Amino acid sequence: MKLRILLVGLLSTTAFGAASGSAETLRLLTWGSYAPDELIQKFEERYPDIDVEVTYSNNEEMIAKLRATGGAGFDLAQPSHDRIYAAQLEYGIYKPLDLSQIDTDVMSPVHLEAVKTNATLDGKVYAVPHQWGTTGLMADITKAPDVKGWDDLCDPAYTGKTSMRLRRTILLGTAFAMGEDPFAAYSDLDKYQDLLDRVADKLIACKQVIKAYWQGGDDLSAMMLSGEIVASETWDSTAYKLYDQNQNIVFIPPETGALTWIDTFAIPAKGEADDAAYKWINFVLEPENVTIMSGSTGAIAAVKGGADLLPEDKKAAVKASFTEADIENLKFFANIPPGVEDMEGKTLEKIKAATGG
Amino acid sequence: MTRDAKRLSLILLFAPFALWILLLIVLPHIGMVALSLREKVAPRIYEFGFGNYIDFLNEPIYWNTLLRTASMSLLVTALALLIGFPIAYYIAKIAGRRARGALFLMCLIPLWVSDLIRAFGWILLLRQTGVISSLLVWSGMTDEGIEFLYNDAAVIVGLVYTVILFMIVPLVSTLDGMGDDMIEAGYNLGGGHLTVLRRIIIPYAMPGIVAGCIVTFMLTAGSYLTPILLGGKNSSWFTEQIYNQFITRFNWESGAAFGFLLLAFTSITVWLGLRLSGQSLANTVART
Amino acid sequence: MTTDDAFDLECLGICKDFGAFRAVDDVSFRIPSGTFFSILGPSGCGKTTLMRMIAGFETPTQGDILLKGRSVLSVPPNRRNVKMVFQHLALFPMMDVYENIAYGLRCAGAGKDEIAGRVADVLTRVALPDLARRQIHQLSGGQKQRIAIARCMALNPDVLLLDEPLGALDLKLREAMKIELKLLQHQFDTTFVYITHDQSEALVMSDYVAVMNAGRFEQVGRPEELYHAPKTAFVAGFVGDSNRWSGRALEVRADGIKVETEAGLTVVATAFGDGAISAGDAVEVFVRPEFIAATRPGPDAAAPGGNTHSGTVDSVLFNGANSRVLVRSPNGTMIEADVVVTGGGNDLHEGDPVRLDWPFAQTMCFAAGGA
Repeated sequence: MKLRILLVGLLSTTAFGAASGSAETLRLLTWGSYAPDELIQKFEERYPDIDVEVTYSNNEEMIAKLRATGGAGFDLAQPSHDRIYAAQLEYGIYKPLDLSQIDTDVMSPVHLEAVKTNATLDGKVYAVPHQWGTTGLMADITKAPDVKGWDDLCDPAYTGKTSMRLRRTILLGTAFAMGEDPFAAYSDLDKYQDLLDRVADKLIACKQVIKAYWQGGDDLSAMMLSGEIVASETWDSTAYKLYDQNQNIVFIPPETGALTWIDTFAIPAKGEADDAAYKWINFVLEPENVTIMSGSTGAIAAVKGGADLLPEDKKAAVKASFTEADIENLKFFANIPPGVEDMEGKTLEKIKAATGG
Repeated sequence: MTRDAKRLSLILLFAPFALWILLLIVLPHIGMVALSLREKVAPRIYEFGFGNYIDFLNEPIYWNTLLRTASMSLLVTALALLIGFPIAYYIAKIAGRRARGALFLMCLIPLWVSDLIRAFGWILLLRQTGVISSLLVWSGMTDEGIEFLYNDAAVIVGLVYTVILFMIVPLVSTLDGMGDDMIEAGYNLGGGHLTVLRRIIIPYAMPGIVAGCIVTFMLTAGSYLTPILLGGKNSSWFTEQIYNQFITRFNWESGAAFGFLLLAFTSITVWLGLRLSGQSLANTVART
Repeated sequence: MTTDDAFDLECLGICKDFGAFRAVDDVSFRIPSGTFFSILGPSGCGKTTLMRMIAGFETPTQGDILLKGRSVLSVPPNRRNVKMVFQHLALFPMMDVYENIAYGLRCAGAGKDEIAGRVADVLTRVALPDLARRQIHQLSGGQKQRIAIARCMALNPDVLLLDEPLGALDLKLREAMKIELKLLQHQFDTTFVYITHDQSEALVMSDYVAVMNAGRFEQVGRPEELYHAPKTAFVAGFVGDSNRWSGRALEVRADGIKVETEAGLTVVATAFGDGAISAGDAVEVFVRPEFIAATRPGPDAAAPGGNTHSGTVDSVLFNGANSRVLVRSPNGTMIEADVVVTGGGNDLHEGDPVRLDWPFAQTMCFAAGGA
């Protein structure tokens, strides 16, 4: 009896402790640099009764965090567009958006549609686009002038001088370089497994050439700037930052098309400040705020004329990298059907464990 | 009346510890075991079963990684002991009172910075354009920089550096308890340096050695950042597998199974170590 | 030189400096085989340093150490046939009794059977034959003591060094161990060098005692010599109990030296030690309590050749056979005298007037400044 009272007391105090103070707080779960101090300050000036609290994370950890609590603890999350559907289907961690509260008019229709098709379940939309960017290649053009496609990272001419991130992106890129369309193969998982096996063989052989797999933007930048590697898989934003410091390092959209991701806005299932979340979404889509945001993230906002709203230096870097044809050729990441993550994960482990080189 | 009061105060004193054990150690582990016994059959539908453990056994990559992690951890433990013992002996028996504090502090310094910073420190030293490689080029010993990073040796160096303090502290405290007269008696009765070391000092320090090895081994096997950051393309670490299962593959069930397997495996290794060295937990970890 | 073999241990002009501090200052002695030799001195007098030099843990700054006539200065400690019983015994706690004793034999390269025989033999000799497989922490204080000695004696050392091994024992056990040590030494017939600051241990057990002070040997001799014929004031004060007074020589007479103490007591004393004493010199006077007879005042005249004083009993210090009275003389000097307390009517009580008599010959007088 006493024990029960004690337990209830304990639980209620923790619950109360967690709940109190959240009334006027917008708890943002987003990528590093996606909530620059300048914008937060501006936002809090406009809405003095809202405090913004930011937790930095990445796709995988965002979903893991929300899954752990069933979608509680945060009021607005920013996973990529391909991370909405399966996560919602399996874990139910998001809540449907009220599109009437969002200025969808300012968004670029291509991206809005791309996200909507990817993030609609039972007729309800769970995400809208925020920024987009690509994953492709970068190279020091003085030392590796011939890097054109994903498979050039495995060119023996660059042995010990290339790098990649051992994540699903490189699996997809390699598949494209082999002339396949992995997204089309999603519909037949046996076929996709067969494709993954061939990709794995290729990447295991490639270990001879690779110097190391990079883990994050920092170690990639260090290796590239020091000249230890001359070509690598990269996020375009990282490449643009390096371009600032060394004009020889450029982003190269692969021949088969740069893989394009769109980071979105999604409201966690148990978010407690939906109003504030909508306010934030509309706020950061305002043109002058887009420029501040893009300056911080290096990515392009998914609004009409987003590329023009880039800061000047970034605009130059994008111009140096993308031709019109490249932009036509962008490959949007397709939704990840349930089970594919597991297959890809196993393939990645196989590659990591193989003693190829 | 007073007896009841005494008992009550005893319970109150014990309560925080019991709560801590229960809430932070026992419950999460029970939860983890329960989670690991769920098999996913469809989205949001799970069944009880040992599928996750069977998966582990059927996939050589997994248990190879576990064995690799264990053997590298044993190597790190052995190296930490080999390097740490003379340091601990020097601190406990040879250094003066004042020097001892300073030396202890120096051993502590690596722990003042985070794992991440420490790993980056090693990266700065070992990378191809790093300090050591540049020195070699500068001195003319090689023409081109040498890559010391991204291999198992770098992982071992980084891990030894991180865990050696946990070897030194228990060693110092046991060696400190050994009177100088014990060593002198060893010589006086006819023992040479080697005999005294083998028959007197090491057996005396055995509880500390075992305690240090247990802590070091557990820390190493459970470490995450150092092997990831310093390791090469082939060096997978079991904690990385657990992370991958939990985070990138959203497969909590199998991640929980892996976590439990790591705990079980390291515990068995420690138990074997205790059996082989003829020590018990009570007179090693509990004593130092 | 032919007699060298008869000495197990000789020290020749040993000095030891620690920086500017001289811990041992020109100590020379030789110990005949089979002797129980004690080095007695207050803590910090250098006796432990001296012993550590003999064992080889320290190197003398000057001088030579000979074992059985052979210099051992260049021999490392583990090759010297000098074994040592440490102050805290230093038994190895991770080994049982058998292994503790076998350790030295193993180091010496003895075979398995020989070790078993020697261990059993030495355990029998210390009367603990059944303890071979006991753990060290299961032994009593006295048993540990004997095992520590057995561990050394199993190796047949030329000399056994003992560094105040009784210090940690309680009083009763210490008294018993004194006798036991003496018996053990007889039994093993080995030279024991025993370091202590407890004069009673030294006196009871030793054949010879060296009294050490400030790095030097004050006097070496048989216990009774030290007691009855101390050569220095330090020895007189350190060995045995005494009434000790500082004073000034008034007159040098044929039958003794007339001394007036600082408190104003006038006694006639006999000159001891080397220093000559003339009238006017500062002196130290020692009288042992057992030589002072305390009686009730009577009409008898003072015996010739004796000091006689009167006073009142300040307190009775009852201690069985060693009972004493503390007597206050008219000028306030406190004098201790042995008395027999029988419990009968003749016993002295507090406040009783008392007469004290002691012979000139037992009044030891040293020129001051020696200690």
